[in-house]
Amino acid sequence: MTHRIPGKGLIDRTRPLRFSFDGREFEGFQGDTLASALLANGVQLVGRSFKYHRPRGVLTAGSEEPNALVEVIEGKQKTPNVRATVQELYGGLTVQSQNRWPSLRFDVMAVNDRFAPFLSAGFYYKTFMWPRAFWEKVYEPAIRRAAGLGALSGLHDEGRYEKAFAFCDVLVIGAGPTGLMAALVAGRAGADVILADEDARMGGRLLSDQPEVAGQSGPDWAADMLAELAAMPNVRLMTRTTVTGVYDGGTFGALQRVGLHLADPGDLPRECFWRIVAKRAVLATGALERPIAHPDNDRPGVMLASAVQSYVARYGVNPGRVVVFGNNDSALQAARDLTAQGVQVAGYVDPRADVSVLEEFPVYPGGQVVGTRGRLGLREVAVRHGGGVSMLTAETLALSGGWNPSLHLTCHLGGRPDWDERLAAFVPRAGMVAGMSVAGAARGRFSTAACLADGAALAAEVLADMGIAGHDMPLPAAEDRSYAIAPFWAVDAGGRAWLDFANDVTTKDVQQAAQEGFSSVEHMKRYTTQGMAPDQGKSSNVAALAVLADATGQGISATGTTTFRPPYTPVSIAAMGAGGRGMGFAPERLLTSDSQTRAMGAPMIEAGLWYRPSYFPRAGEATWREACDREVSMVRTAVGVCDVSTLGKIDVQGPDADRFLDLIYTNMMSSIKPGRTRYGLMLREDGHVMDDGTCARLGEAHFLITTTTAAAGPVMRHMDFVHQAFCGDWAVRFTSVTEQWAQFALAGPKARELVNKLLETPVDAENFPFMACGPARILGVEGRLFRISFSGEMGYEIAVPARFGAAVFERLVAEAEAMGGGAYGMEALNVLRIEKGFITHAEIHGRVTAFDIGMQGMVSAKKDCIGKSASQRPGLMGPEREQLVGLVPVDPQAELSAGAHLYNENDPATRVNNQGYVTSAGYSPTLQSWLALGFLRDGRARHGQIIRLDDGLRGRKVACKVVHPVFHDPEGGKLRG
Amino acid sequence: MMRYSGFRVFTQGLTGNTGWRAAWRKPAPKPEYDVVIIGGGGHGLATAWYLAKNHGITNVAVLEKGYLGSGNIGRNTTIVRANYFLPGNSEFYSHSLKLWEGLERDLNYNVMHSQRGLINLFHSDGQRDAFVRRGNAMLAQGDDAVLLDREGVRRMLPYLDFGQARFPIYGGLYHPRGGTARHDAVAWGYARAADQRGVDLIENCEVTGIDVENGRVTGVQTTRGMIRAKKVAMVTAGRSGQVAALAGMRLPIESHVLQAFVTEGLKPVIDHVISFGMGHFYISQSDKGGLVFGGDLDFYASYAARGNLPMVEHVMEAGMTLMPMIGRAKVLRSWGGIMDMSPDGSPIIDSTGIEGLYLNCGWNYGGFKAVPASGWALAHLIATGQPHETAARFRLDRFATGHLLDEEGTGSQHNLH
Amino acid sequence: MRISCPCCGPRDRREFTYYGAADYLNRPALDADASAWDDYLHLRDNPAGETRDLWYHDPCGTWVAVTRDTVTHAVIAAEAVA
Repeated sequence: MTHRIPGKGLIDRTRPLRFSFDGREFEGFQGDTLASALLANGVQLVGRSFKYHRPRGVLTAGSEEPNALVEVIEGKQKTPNVRATVQELYGGLTVQSQNRWPSLRFDVMAVNDRFAPFLSAGFYYKTFMWPRAFWEKVYEPAIRRAAGLGALSGLHDEGRYEKAFAFCDVLVIGAGPTGLMAALVAGRAGADVILADEDARMGGRLLSDQPEVAGQSGPDWAADMLAELAAMPNVRLMTRTTVTGVYDGGTFGALQRVGLHLADPGDLPRECFWRIVAKRAVLATGALERPIAHPDNDRPGVMLASAVQSYVARYGVNPGRVVVFGNNDSALQAARDLTAQGVQVAGYVDPRADVSVLEEFPVYPGGQVVGTRGRLGLREVAVRHGGGVSMLTAETLALSGGWNPSLHLTCHLGGRPDWDERLAAFVPRAGMVAGMSVAGAARGRFSTAACLADGAALAAEVLADMGIAGHDMPLPAAEDRSYAIAPFWAVDAGGRAWLDFANDVTTKDVQQAAQEGFSSVEHMKRYTTQGMAPDQGKSSNVAALAVLADATGQGISATGTTTFRPPYTPVSIAAMGAGGRGMGFAPERLLTSDSQTRAMGAPMIEAGLWYRPSYFPRAGEATWREACDREVSMVRTAVGVCDVSTLGKIDVQGPDADRFLDLIYTNMMSSIKPGRTRYGLMLREDGHVMDDGTCARLGEAHFLITTTTAAAGPVMRHMDFVHQAFCGDWAVRFTSVTEQWAQFALAGPKARELVNKLLETPVDAENFPFMACGPARILGVEGRLFRISFSGEMGYEIAVPARFGAAVFERLVAEAEAMGGGAYGMEALNVLRIEKGFITHAEIHGRVTAFDIGMQGMVSAKKDCIGKSASQRPGLMGPEREQLVGLVPVDPQAELSAGAHLYNENDPATRVNNQGYVTSAGYSPTLQSWLALGFLRDGRARHGQIIRLDDGLRGRKVACKVVHPVFHDPEGGKLRG
Repeated sequence: MMRYSGFRVFTQGLTGNTGWRAAWRKPAPKPEYDVVIIGGGGHGLATAWYLAKNHGITNVAVLEKGYLGSGNIGRNTTIVRANYFLPGNSEFYSHSLKLWEGLERDLNYNVMHSQRGLINLFHSDGQRDAFVRRGNAMLAQGDDAVLLDREGVRRMLPYLDFGQARFPIYGGLYHPRGGTARHDAVAWGYARAADQRGVDLIENCEVTGIDVENGRVTGVQTTRGMIRAKKVAMVTAGRSGQVAALAGMRLPIESHVLQAFVTEGLKPVIDHVISFGMGHFYISQSDKGGLVFGGDLDFYASYAARGNLPMVEHVMEAGMTLMPMIGRAKVLRSWGGIMDMSPDGSPIIDSTGIEGLYLNCGWNYGGFKAVPASGWALAHLIATGQPHETAARFRLDRFATGHLLDEEGTGSQHNLH
Repeated sequence: MRISCPCCGPRDRREFTYYGAADYLNRPALDADASAWDDYLHLRDNPAGETRDLWYHDPCGTWVAVTRDTVTHAVIAAEAVA
């Protein structure tokens, strides 16, 4: 560590750490950031710029860093665009530079810098247009390869991430002098406080400028206060936590870096994304220093003055000889502080003519920096003053163009800040975020004393507002220097002067944008890309505005600002998406028969959130089709068992239940006799089919209705709406019982024989006829029995409390297998229902009406129902509508496919010739033919016609006969038997 | 008139880039125009260009409340595609894609239209069947579509999670001509081209009233004074309701916020546009290297142009289940656009009950790719009084009559499309 | 965004499902003319400012009419529709 000042800094010199950068091994200390450790080793060159690939060094000491972005390597995995100024050092940290080839010192793409005159703002909008095909093939790939910063590994991110909620009375954002005082006042008053700070160590500028507070050094005073706060049970201290966004209702997003600073994080997540709900917030985020645009101000070794102070005082880095270039009192103070720390200040340059010259270092009043030298690191600074130019030898140039209050979060809900002429900066306006107070430097109060006082005062205000009694707290004494600034943004000395280091935007680019009419601030930003890089222009936007304002002749106030949007600093997708990886994206709903089904070898498929068996393979079956055909035949000739518990089940009770059901169903439900079931159709209020299902009347004032699997939630919500909005005084109540009951369909000619094996009281065709329902004792358990069918065969459904589901299923399958039947899955279920012409959401896909599916007769003329009026709109009826039909291929073995379109036999397959489309298709082992359901224009009038099924995507054309959609047992004898 | 070319960039570079002229004039409004277009977004600017180019109507003003392109043209995920399946939409978006394919030469402006291919993933047999229907409609319209099975998707997008995703990938519908464009450049290109034909583009000019006499529009009141006009077109998606209210109209529109996201710049890693319908997630990578992605609406009526965390998190979770390799990319910026949501998810380009007053609205979240065809069709309607053949079904009265264009099948609830 | 459910108290927006404008509460009669139904189903004031709209609190099944501002997202009042 060649560049370390002995004994200085808050680093732990007893704990040296090895790390590597671009393959070279270095040593730093616990408490270093990667940036401070590199600087301590004399490494100035850390990156290449975005567009011109110019050599770049560390500019800042915080998360606003535009230049020092690196890749952190972890085996084959890596994390791009990591700020070296934020990444804490740990033993074994492995880092490489990015956006350069083949090496950081020699980067071929740096040739772009030579062509800079031809790469000015927006040049790409004006060229690369000829020949047309070259854009995708030549120009764009070249641009894409050159652009971008770091690279993703392309491997799945297997890291651990978490999300969490937190609630508090007062959220204090930032733990500098302002935030510490605010948290102390609120904490001592007993409020629930969260104090969040993005740094690894709380204290803010107290750790870098190290002003004396209450007679102690800044870091010592901060440590004492933190110890007191840590001891309070009502205060939670969150270090390494950046509040990234402000959302409605006092909700904040915050990113905590949990394991990123540890060599071995063990079980800790890398990051945790917090949703913090706070009754009040105190924004104490301080201020960010800004550079000055002067020629070649982007050379490694050029830094913000505040960053130089941080690296010296907090990290003990020796910056070599320093030239300070500033236009404000804080810059001059920085030069004095550096001198006091033993740093050699080679010159203080200030464009203000009246700046004090009675200093321990050379002062250049009325001076400007007009250039720098040094190929990969600063060697000389050219200073223009008194009519001449002096070359000052220096390794570091410290820039201070003034301070911008960190008010970003105040703008997240759409508020706009005010321009403060005195500070030459934007300051927050009151009330930009309801419930948020802005304190200290974040609202332009820059001295330590002012920050301490403001933090305490605003916390007291917040407490009073919440009705919490506070205690008087004496303010600790601290420096209270005044701050004066003479606005100065850019040196006019020819050459290129950088505004946005990260996106390579110079003052010329902004001036050219204005010249081309992109003079509104948003146009300038979008045309030049100013402020759109990873740092979001934190250190450059205000100067760019000033240059634009100068070019257009408007003031800065009239020019306005661009909008600050969340997040304050970039947040990984993995952190905000924690929990979504793999199976975590959505809940999994499992049947009570799930484990047995899987044990039987059934492949499971997703049905909404549920998993259902596709088919139950048996020995000797090579394909799913063989299993499916066998299961269909089994149902048609013996008996099959299917778990249908996924259907939504809603229990409806009350004296007004019947008329309520009349309102939500198209058909009459009030006329069902107790002990009977009826098929029902539900419409949306816009007249289209919402869902279908059965409605069983279990008692005079007790119904159980079923919905399709997908519609269970929406139907429940719909019923709640209709009840609460239109007939809240009706005596009806309902609740979802989907998960309370396991339900199994038994289908086939032997279904009665099978059901009677489980029933205590056997049923027959007379005492329990088609569409009967009622209570039943099933294997000794109180359950329910329904005589309904979705297969066209004799069918029963039995329902038992969910805890008995697995046992009942096991017994049913065993009994069915003994009778030549067995379990069947979704594939067979689908073929069975197609054979019978029963519809699913493949048919009722949201654009069809009762008329389209031939059920207009089910819309009762005797009553109103939801959707009835809108279903009678002229566009929803008549021969222009596509109507449900069955399709049978002329050659029964010709495969049909859903999604195919329908055309008249000799018409070309074009949009204007389209006659309809296929919704469902399958092979029917029963009829020994492919079958399909579909919608055909005026289809009901076209039974018997030949139509062409055309699946252009699959190159398939099949002549089909249009038939009634019920292919199997159209009379329904099997169903009712 | 200054033509843009590689040669011009070269000669300007040699002379210090001092000779570039303003991309468009900043004229003061004249007292009267043949046509006033309210709204200087993509659709309004395109309308002005096609009025001038196709119909020779150049005595036109475009009035913009803020700066040109300040609405949704500059806050979308830049996807350009023609993969609709209902007649009415099919021919319109197909026409639009053809216009996109010639836009650079038409406008002499590089809008960076990049046909990198769009893949819509499906995750069940039912979804596959719906995409097959869609793909067949695209073929029938003369556009391109390819059905990919799981292995086909894996060959093109090997980085997706084929192992343990909650909703396994069954396959995809590939639309090779789908892609992206540089959104702001579209507004600027149309603006510059229209300006060069004499159209007045008037920024910072808010319309505060629409003058109607005897059932006929006569002009508009603005913050820069009264402007008379023979014809007025309202092209203000996102604010349609407020502008139409100036003419006493109530629209079938509800405004909703749609968020979008961009990451820090990364070296090329995603070459296509990928749409993961099951998770309401779509993504592409910009030429600058940022991953640009979005999800579904926040689902509540809003004019705030910003959203809330539940949808942010949902979108990120969808990304993580589909392509966990993007986990370490960091979201740089999020924003929200205000969507005109219509009761069937399709737009409106029509005359109104007031003679000379035209309406273009209801773009839901599909307005960007529609810009060329929308401008073309509205210009045709204004110039000829007849709807253009590709937009004949975008009628204002179709909700009352039931001639709906509901691609999603979610019905008349505005926010479900 | 947080909404106060009349049954459960203040809850995060993620617990609610949005429907649309409170217009949905004023269902026309079956024999109302077509324009009344068009109004009910489709046409909206869609104000930029204070509005009243309908939210379903999924955990408790309460439909809530919320008065709020569509520009600032401020929630002004919330009451059960029944």
